[in-house]
Amino acid sequence: MSIMQHNGGSVIAMVGKDCVAIASDLRLGVQSLSITSDFEKIFPVTDRLFVGLPGLATDVTTLREQFRYRVNMYTIKEEREIEPQTFAQLVSSTLYERRFGPYFIEPVMAGMQKTPAGGYAPFIAATDLIGCLNFAKDFVVAGTASEKLFGVAEGLWEPDLEAEDLFETISQTLLNALDRDAFSGWGAVVHVITKDKVITRKLKGRMD
Amino acid sequence: METAFALTGKGYVLLAADTTAVHSIIKVKTDVDKIKELSPCLLMAYSGEPGDTVQFAEYIERNIRLYHIRNNFPLRPPSAASWIRRSLADSLRSRKPYSVNLLLGGYDTSTYMPHLYWMDYFGTLAEVPFAAHGYGSYFTLSLLDKYHDPEATVEEGIATLKRCIDEVSKRLVVSPARFKVKIVDKDGVREIEL
Repeated sequence: MSIMQHNGGSVIAMVGKDCVAIASDLRLGVQSLSITSDFEKIFPVTDRLFVGLPGLATDVTTLREQFRYRVNMYTIKEEREIEPQTFAQLVSSTLYERRFGPYFIEPVMAGMQKTPAGGYAPFIAATDLIGCLNFAKDFVVAGTASEKLFGVAEGLWEPDLEAEDLFETISQTLLNALDRDAFSGWGAVVHVITKDKVITRKLKGRMD
Repeated sequence: METAFALTGKGYVLLAADTTAVHSIIKVKTDVDKIKELSPCLLMAYSGEPGDTVQFAEYIERNIRLYHIRNNFPLRPPSAASWIRRSLADSLRSRKPYSVNLLLGGYDTSTYMPHLYWMDYFGTLAEVPFAAHGYGSYFTLSLLDKYHDPEATVEEGIATLKRCIDEVSKRLVVSPARFKVKIVDKDGVREIEL
């Protein structure tokens, strides 16, 4: 079994109309043994940006601390908050620094990007474990249930979903993909981000 | 075979670890203390590669003590857990990583809350209501799923702990002869004779 599957866990992000959503499961396991059902893999970066870190659990914590440090340093030096696009490059270069001894994490980002006109545009991105960026216009997935997430998301997602509809779509996509994956599940958490607020909801899932 | 487990209750954490030192197929010792007292309100049960365990536990113990001396105040359980996790995570990507699994039980004297942390040699950290390491975990975790009560009194907690020990003794092929049990609460740490 690969080290990427050691602790289990999955993350998905989707684009909607003037909103984005990011969701993950809550399981932490060691191979087939489940340790806890409240292991969060999605962390806030700014008020309008979240990053999900599925993969090896030790690197989830290490990278979370690493990103927090680097974003804080950026904020102090630049005297402004980091934009999603810039943060994606930061994630990419942080991972590529460890090209030949990588962190076993495939980050997923979702946020609202400032536009030159002064508005906000939805932004999602994902990278592989060595930082190869993937900017998608619809949805991105990562983790042990990624194949299943691709399948369900391909069937359920449609363009220009409103915040509440996007919440329903991402929740159903995640929950139904998790039920087919032995290494993900045990509850889920969903964040829906709009330009002026974030709605966070915990979902109950199958506990087997 | 090496087994350690722990559970939280109302204002306390109970930790239990077997007391055998094994070399190949031989039991060399049956009175080993595998639970270190890190600070007045912090306990750490360690298991894993012989040699690494004691070396790493003593390194942690001395550094937690140093912090206490320098600051006149011990490191609180969540901070201690974070620091120990980082030590293991850094060690994992070094030339010779420590292979040590830990259970960290503490009582936070500032918030009056008991804390229990599960940690493996990768540096995976999780705060849990009950936890186990080693082959015993396959029996005890299911027992604790059924019987654990976060509001249990010390007596009830010990009763649950005894169930776990009895199950391990009954079902594990090479079961440990004795367990050492320690408790941490508002009064500090002490050993409990079963």
